[in-house]
Amino acid sequence: MKQIHDVLIIGAGVTGTMIARELSKYVLDVVILDKNNDAGDATSSANSAIIHSGYDPEPGTLKAKFNVLGNAKYPKLVEELDVPFIQCGSLTIAIEDEQLPVLKELAERSKINGVPVQLLNKEEVLKMEPNINPEVKGALFAPTAGIIDPFNLVVHAMENAIDNGVTFLRSQEVLDIKKENDVYKVKTNKDEFYAKIVINAAGVFSDKIAQMVEPIDWAITPRKGEYFLLDHYADGLVNHTIFPLPSKKGKGVLVSQTSSGNYIVGPSSELASPDDVSTDGETLGNIRRAATLMVPSIPFNQTIRVFAGERATCTRHDFIIEYAKSDKNFINVAGIESPGLASSPAIAEYVVETLVRPLITLKSNPKFNPCIKKYHRMHYLSEEEQQKAIAEDSDFGEIICNCEHISLGEIKEALSRSCPPVSIKGVKRRTRSGYGKCQGGFCQPKVLLLLAKHYGVSPTEIPLAEDGSYIIDHEIKEAK
Amino acid sequence: MKTVDLVVIGSGAAGMAAAVEAKKNGVDDILILEKEERLGGILNQCIHNGFGLTEFKEELTGPEYLQRFVDQVKELKIPYKLNSQVIDLSKDKVVTYSNKEDGLVKIQAKAIVMATGCYERNAGAIMLPGDRCSGVITAGTAQRYLNINGLMVGKRIVILGSGDIGLIMARRLTLEGAKVLCVSELMPYSAGLNRNIQQCLIDFNIPLYLSRTVSKVVGKNGRLEKVILSAVDDKLQIIPGTEMEFECDTLILSVGLIPYISLLNYIDCPTSSTRGAVVNQYMETMVDGIFTAGNCLHVHDVVDFVSDEARLAGRSAALYLQNKINNSENKINIKPGNGLSYVLPQFILENSLEDIVIKFRVRRPVQDQIVWIKSGETVIMKQIKPVMIPSEMVMIKIAKDKLVGIKEDIVVSLEDR
Repeated sequence: MKQIHDVLIIGAGVTGTMIARELSKYVLDVVILDKNNDAGDATSSANSAIIHSGYDPEPGTLKAKFNVLGNAKYPKLVEELDVPFIQCGSLTIAIEDEQLPVLKELAERSKINGVPVQLLNKEEVLKMEPNINPEVKGALFAPTAGIIDPFNLVVHAMENAIDNGVTFLRSQEVLDIKKENDVYKVKTNKDEFYAKIVINAAGVFSDKIAQMVEPIDWAITPRKGEYFLLDHYADGLVNHTIFPLPSKKGKGVLVSQTSSGNYIVGPSSELASPDDVSTDGETLGNIRRAATLMVPSIPFNQTIRVFAGERATCTRHDFIIEYAKSDKNFINVAGIESPGLASSPAIAEYVVETLVRPLITLKSNPKFNPCIKKYHRMHYLSEEEQQKAIAEDSDFGEIICNCEHISLGEIKEALSRSCPPVSIKGVKRRTRSGYGKCQGGFCQPKVLLLLAKHYGVSPTEIPLAEDGSYIIDHEIKEAK
Repeated sequence: MKTVDLVVIGSGAAGMAAAVEAKKNGVDDILILEKEERLGGILNQCIHNGFGLTEFKEELTGPEYLQRFVDQVKELKIPYKLNSQVIDLSKDKVVTYSNKEDGLVKIQAKAIVMATGCYERNAGAIMLPGDRCSGVITAGTAQRYLNINGLMVGKRIVILGSGDIGLIMARRLTLEGAKVLCVSELMPYSAGLNRNIQQCLIDFNIPLYLSRTVSKVVGKNGRLEKVILSAVDDKLQIIPGTEMEFECDTLILSVGLIPYISLLNYIDCPTSSTRGAVVNQYMETMVDGIFTAGNCLHVHDVVDFVSDEARLAGRSAALYLQNKINNSENKINIKPGNGLSYVLPQFILENSLEDIVIKFRVRRPVQDQIVWIKSGETVIMKQIKPVMIPSEMVMIKIAKDKLVGIKEDIVVSLEDR
């Protein structure tokens, strides 16, 4: 019989990778599978990239609890995992007088949730954000909200987990789960795995996975969110994350700087099938109108990309973090929609310390290191540090991405780590090469040839993103 | 910090012409910085012919055209650095570049010519509706893959946009064995040169659909599977019920070029509706001593005009270094009037040292027009143009003595004859 893993995690999004990292603190045989070819390839990489403060979730919910606990973990976490993070604070604004009582309610809610907030009047808001609609009546300021690089967050959590002993297997789509002789047999499109404990962190597909084990009384009804991403030249457009008042459909269309200095505008919220990340003009037009109401001068002509992501919205309207009804060795971590990014480190701790601990002996991993090796981000280094990096490795002097000034050295560094990119998108998410205004028009051929050389394969085998998304159809002559 | 009289950023059709002209006009201390591994810029991948008819009175390919300039650069011993990306620029003309050999280097320039070319509008910029699959690629990138790397991007191809690169790629991909199903153009007229419509589409029986655009791209398994084209009305809005489906693996986007001037954005250099810098008749930007020309100023139809414009920038940089350009002269604005999408230069300094060439593009195809160049009620110039189309740049020369005494804004406008 094949090897029996202690824990098998399905889904390498922010939830799965954080749980894997948390488990790697102990001496355990942990394997994590994802149906895509990279960690954080779905919901975790297509969202607002906000570490929410926790002013919005209804008190008493798991969302409220883990959001606040998770938010508090971020300042240390981003140091350990070397993730760009700016605690810029958020402003939830009221444009009409009748909205002011709602702001007060949110302030009350924040107090119960344990979130520090401050109510601001019109003058205070306009002083903090001069580009906001001058009709603004007031705002709720939440200083602990932050903006993060969600790609680096997930990939670096995965890298750290792998460095501490976890096995990550890509392009493994789970097709069936059976319990045989007290052990779970997990069948994928490629292989079979055996594990004592299975953790379902499959995002928008988590209900499908849960149903492989038992009938469930909840379902995932994915809601798609479309976004604009703008170039980084509109300095000071907004200095905080700007929210409208929340509604039943979500937190509404936000306007925010990103951790890389770009601007993000969105999301919409509409029901969608689980793999639909298409965009359409009508929805984007609605986002634009809603955003312009808050910040009239958004330079939409600097749009460099539109994209969509899916929320794993659950019919229970809260996170599901619990044992399967029929068996404690199967744990569902489902319905992790917003504030999922913020909550994930706290969810991971709860899953391991409260749900996994009673099931299996947790012996501390003496080799556990919470930190990954720091990456070179040339653009953010001082001149002296850049010179030093180039002196040590001249590849840091050769610029591959014209728009974001990403060097060959930075791409090679990403390839040298334990969770390396396999696609153009994988390189982009890790290094920002191809993230600028030309969207890879200039650097994509260079990155593609670099990947082909690194993996020793034909350029036809390098995908843009997911498996099957080849860029090159064929070579017209012998590659010299 | 090392000091250089003139730093030229970019070595394409504009950069090399500017450097050569500056050298010929007495600037000895020049440095050309090129980000790629060879001189010539985007011309290296333009292996088709049609270049040089004005410049050299013969028809050349892109590489042949650029080689003529490379020969001059080498003959005049103008220093250049390859694989050297400029990553920063300051208002007082400190240029920072990076490469493997020198590391990070700062140079104090006395004058700068920005000749950084343009980039392609992409799926994000046009908010292409539908799935996020591979197989959607800009024409220039597909051209680079094919002509530089020997790699074909697809077999069954739809092209969106009838700009020249789209047309050239329709022919190139067909010659390489692909099936180009059609070219779709949003506007009711082509954005490309007439000769390219004939030589690249008609000669190869490739249909051109006008007033049609992509209403959806479909690709559920990673790669593009289908493109849906819809007709648009005169407000460019999609008309439901006019869908045409094309099964294809590739959608080539040729939907416009944008001046690539991040470096000027860093220093808040004022820009115009062309998305290039605002310039005077010397091709000098609003930042003292920084000149610009070619596709990073405004996107040209013909490379020969790029070289010509860049010579003016190079010559002006020489004049500037000899303290002959007086930036404190009165400024007179030049504005686009009826029928024009833009006009260059956007302003002139009084007491011009040279005659002035006004360049503009029309908003839509027009016939039998009078081009008026007026300042208030004063007619500076009147010219009759039988045909003008948006894809072709119009140039009108004004003798410098005609500008003597002009104080008010100059407006260039069209009137039906």
